[in-house]
Amino acid sequence: MEGLLPDLEIVRKDFPILSRVLTGADGDGRPLVYLDSANTSQKPQVVIDTMVDHLERHNANIARAMHQLGAESTAAYEDARDKVAAFLGAPDRDEVIFLKNATEALNLVANTLAWPGERQVGAGDEVVITEMEHHSNIVPWQLLCERTGATLRWFGLTEDGQLDLSDVDRLITERTKVVSLVWVSNMLGTINPIGEIARRAHEVGAVVVVDASQAAPQLPIDLAAMPEKERPDLLAFTGHKVVGPTGIGVLWGRRAVLDQLPPFLGGGEMIETVTMEKSTYAPLPHKFEAGTPPIVEAVGLGAAVDYLSVLGMANVHRHEQTITAYALEGLRSVSGLTVLGPTDATERGGAISFEIPGVHPHDVATVLDTRGIAVRAGHHCAKPAHARFGVQSSTRMSSYLYTTPAEIDALVDGLEYTRQYFKLS
Amino acid sequence: MTTDLDALYQEIILDHYKNPHHQGLREPFEAEVHHVNPTCGDEVTLRVHLADGPAGRLVEDVSYDALGCSISQASASVLTDLVIGKPVDEAMGIHDEFLALMQGKGKVEPDEEVLEDGIAFAGVAKFPARIKCALLSWMAWKDATLSAVEPVETQMEEAQ
Repeated sequence: MEGLLPDLEIVRKDFPILSRVLTGADGDGRPLVYLDSANTSQKPQVVIDTMVDHLERHNANIARAMHQLGAESTAAYEDARDKVAAFLGAPDRDEVIFLKNATEALNLVANTLAWPGERQVGAGDEVVITEMEHHSNIVPWQLLCERTGATLRWFGLTEDGQLDLSDVDRLITERTKVVSLVWVSNMLGTINPIGEIARRAHEVGAVVVVDASQAAPQLPIDLAAMPEKERPDLLAFTGHKVVGPTGIGVLWGRRAVLDQLPPFLGGGEMIETVTMEKSTYAPLPHKFEAGTPPIVEAVGLGAAVDYLSVLGMANVHRHEQTITAYALEGLRSVSGLTVLGPTDATERGGAISFEIPGVHPHDVATVLDTRGIAVRAGHHCAKPAHARFGVQSSTRMSSYLYTTPAEIDALVDGLEYTRQYFKLS
Repeated sequence: MTTDLDALYQEIILDHYKNPHHQGLREPFEAEVHHVNPTCGDEVTLRVHLADGPAGRLVEDVSYDALGCSISQASASVLTDLVIGKPVDEAMGIHDEFLALMQGKGKVEPDEEVLEDGIAFAGVAKFPARIKCALLSWMAWKDATLSAVEPVETQMEEAQ
């Protein structure tokens, strides 16, 4: 099939878990068909080995241990920052902040914007988000608005799952202080025109925040190459969706904006000096990295983004689009099935949510699970987006760089079997 | 061939799913609750109407409006069959028996005398992800019943 990753079978061997055999409903072995990568991706051996090697040979706290291991650990941690900066095409490596996950990154921004500072949001100000956000890019802004008296406004969605940009002039005004949106939707798969929206937001002086949790695994990102007016001011993603470990996430921010925000957590490592009267803060990135960070997780993330860079993000993206197109075609063949979101693979990411009338998503997921197929069922932490399309929940398949056309065939067969099992004609 | 899947999706469960008993919200009621399974979004609004019977308080009616999977829908239907018309204490006993079955990791032998159609849920206990589905309406019923019972008892205490 044209467009798949070259040497896909060899690439799959990098991921030990993909050779797992699960127990089927009849007790027989079923090879794992992992179609839940938008939830979390699987890990290549090199990430596992790098983390084990760090723990076995280089473990020490960073930036404060006056010994050889401390120097090695610090170098490995900071080297990971360089790798992530290269992965994002960040204009400046000190703009890369290591945090726990994308949720923490978005909460850092929403909290520090509520506190006194040059960018402080207050009563009468407006924050604009969209109806297709993950709860982690909704709730922090709801909290910010409750705390400050600001108003939360929402971009609506069109029937085919795109952002409704028809009232952009009404939504983004001189009252807008923040525009925060997802680059690639985890539920609808939609790829949003973040450059266009950033340009509009920057015209009114708003800060632009982008949730890149699903974009970072799939799209080549080159922040430095983006026209400055279209570049987000802040961008969040999580390590575990880019073949890295859990417990590590990234906030990238334009230096000028990060310098305007007050520190988030106070503690060790984020200070310049502390007296009983007052403390001053370390420069970026340490200003936002209080306490001992997730060191081995950061090192693992460095190995993960290196792995992706060796494969080439353009190749990964092409693979995703090829598999997504094949999956959309397969899903269309299942009688009664409706896909939520764009049906053109070139306009979307690899997460495909769908409905089968008469079978609840839980039941679909359970039947598929007994055939070794892992999908997600529920609201995918995007309840407003589900409500927009009048559904309570959906089933979601999500592919990644290791997904094969044969796995999509297994899904389609599994869905046909599900329909028969629940006696749908 | 009987598989784990058939053990989960017993015919009784699918029958209740397709033709749920006592569905809909009815008057009168002393308590109404709304319970949600936050991980999947399944939800139920459930009302309890109690009445005085010869042997104490009776569960006169349980009415509900539920959104969810086959397991959670069928479970609500079976619940109403089992508790409507029973004294509150006996109904609570049935609740405890059902809860024990669900939490028994597939090792608890259900008592058909007590649980009737509820024994069909024995297979659910082997699917950890689905236990919450089966318990959603039961938890809602217990919550509603306790709050329907409480004000009466409080009033009685105050009268004494």
